[in-house]
Amino acid sequence: MIDFGYTPMPITVHNMDKADLSLAKWLAERDETFNHCISCGSCAATCTAGKFTDFSFRELTHSIRRGEISKAFSESEKCMLCGKCILVCPRNVNTRNIVMLIRKANQIFKP
Amino acid sequence: MRYPTFTLPFTIGLSFVLLYILVIWTIWIVRLSRREQKIVWKRLFTLRTIKAIWESFREGLLHHNIYKKNAVLGFMHMGLAFGWFMLIVLGNFEARLYPHGVINPPYYPIFFEFFRHDLTPLHEYEEIFTFLMDFFLLLVMTSIGLAFFKRFRSRALGMRRTTKHILIDRVAITALWFIFPLRLFAESVTAGLYNTGHFFTNFLGQWVIYNLPLDYLYYPAWWAYSISLGVFFIALPFSRYMHIPTEILLIFLRKYGVKEKNNHSTFTTIELNACSRCGICIDACQLSTTLNISDTQPAYFLRDLRYSKPNERLRETCMLCMRCLDACPVGIEVTQIRKNERNEFPLFGTSNYDYLSEHKYPKAKVAYFAGCMGHLTPSVIKSTLALFDEAGVDYTFIDKDGSICCGRPLQQNGQVDAAKQLIDKNNTIINETNADILVTSCPICASEFKHNYRLNMPVLHHSQFLNDLAKQHKLTFKNTGEKIIYHDPCELSRGLGITKEPRELLKNSFILEENKKNTGEKSLCCGGSLGITNISLPQKMAIASDAVFQLYDGKNNLLATACPMCKKTLAMAQETVKVLDIAEVMLNNLEPKKKKVQSQKEPAEAEILS
Repeated sequence: MIDFGYTPMPITVHNMDKADLSLAKWLAERDETFNHCISCGSCAATCTAGKFTDFSFRELTHSIRRGEISKAFSESEKCMLCGKCILVCPRNVNTRNIVMLIRKANQIFKP
Repeated sequence: MRYPTFTLPFTIGLSFVLLYILVIWTIWIVRLSRREQKIVWKRLFTLRTIKAIWESFREGLLHHNIYKKNAVLGFMHMGLAFGWFMLIVLGNFEARLYPHGVINPPYYPIFFEFFRHDLTPLHEYEEIFTFLMDFFLLLVMTSIGLAFFKRFRSRALGMRRTTKHILIDRVAITALWFIFPLRLFAESVTAGLYNTGHFFTNFLGQWVIYNLPLDYLYYPAWWAYSISLGVFFIALPFSRYMHIPTEILLIFLRKYGVKEKNNHSTFTTIELNACSRCGICIDACQLSTTLNISDTQPAYFLRDLRYSKPNERLRETCMLCMRCLDACPVGIEVTQIRKNERNEFPLFGTSNYDYLSEHKYPKAKVAYFAGCMGHLTPSVIKSTLALFDEAGVDYTFIDKDGSICCGRPLQQNGQVDAAKQLIDKNNTIINETNADILVTSCPICASEFKHNYRLNMPVLHHSQFLNDLAKQHKLTFKNTGEKIIYHDPCELSRGLGITKEPRELLKNSFILEENKKNTGEKSLCCGGSLGITNISLPQKMAIASDAVFQLYDGKNNLLATACPMCKKTLAMAQETVKVLDIAEVMLNNLEPKKKKVQSQKEPAEAEILS
């Protein structure tokens, strides 16, 4: 195969009717700012971890809203809690709190 | 003599409390770790013991620490503790000097006035004793009055809030409040009947309550006094008043060098019992003063930890700014205890940062680490490096291509194992530079480097390093004569004790406007704190704007700070005052030395532009 330096995206079809939104709901109940996110990507732009790997808070919220809970759990662990994202968020999303909540959910949601 | 039945409640209470203290002290001392016990043994017969005795006297009785912070409050505590102590001591002397023997039952000195009405056998001491006993009773009564008043109008005594107490504390405090009025009453009744006492009790007995049926009141009054003492003594070990005996033990152990470790230990139990829940921490806390969150302060946190386990909210709602640590008159290591409690709830893994790559950086004499927050405020990095260039510092910027977090935010939120991975990574990067000094712009990182890293070089904050450069005349600044306010970051002032250097540096160009109340170790937190996750950004901004306006005098609107995070939060929260980092301020007032170098550069830059 010719290496173009990039590959086609894997096909991801999300049936939102069947998506597991339990984590999204659980988070929004505990921190309503979770719902305020407009996915602008400011957090991703400043992210300390994002300099080294493709982690971003924006992607994290995305996957939770799509119901990709296990992905959210494994991704959230990459956060270093440095707190830059909270200071740049235009929507005042309490990012660090949400990451901590996701980590707590990781312990609660697991069977 | 027939056994005086009315002393029974007192005797039972006293025996119980003394036995309890003896048992619990033994248990605590036995349970201390081997190392701690060794330290104590080694240092038992040194000057430390004398110092500890003096401190116990000064803090346990005179309450010097509270007095320094608030004179009225200090007087209240001193009056109660010292007054009561003197009543006991003098009562004992009085009873022992009385010519019927040195050995008395324990209740005898306490109820001396009941047993002996004619004190003439004391000869020349009679006048002194009766006067002093009345004097100290008056002192205690004044304090009780103030304490009572404080419960209802705490502001009058300079406290915005007092602690909300649980049932056992209420029982104990009620008993305590009754002890002295009842003693006064009993002694006044006696004075009314037998003309005993001095200016206080004698006056009350002979002139105020003389027409009451004193004969009938005599026994009930002494009974009531004894019961209130008994109730207080029985409630003491289970209430906040356990701090009275525990504080003495704590002072001694602390003087011998026993400290809080990275997990709860027996020493923690001792510290928990030494908390009197006086509530001074509540007023020191900005969560209370700005956000009205007044139920998560150390008084409550330590209380819940003593009796069971604090809940999640209590554990997490704290900025770890250490203001309470500074305010605590007992000197309990509250911040460390809270961190240790958080450590018991690990949420992150132990190999989750494997994605981090370790960049290699050129070797130089000075390693500069900007930190995450430094990278969030690029002007701080730019200014610091410009000053380094000006001074001709041989430096290497070791987190130029993305910094790895120092690990403090994780550590402050109880994720010790996760933080350890970051610490190890950074440790390697820093040590590999083989630099002479590590300079960082971020006090949070500086604190972490100093306390938790194993570095082979000293760590300096950039304000210290720039101050050194200025002292060596490698940097010269214009004296503008303007006024400036300086905000001490928590981690720099309380965490590392660096308060002088930034001021010295600023004084090169400015006149410092000092706000006596909130500077140095008593500085306010900017609210940006990484130790808390469960307050929102608007709440943090409210704290930040309060912090600025506590320092702002209405005229002089330039504020310097020495922490990129403080700078960011303080600048975001308000628009009145211009907030700059110390490096930026100093760069603005730099007296350029190397004019030739600059003029050489200019044409080159012009070429590129054209």
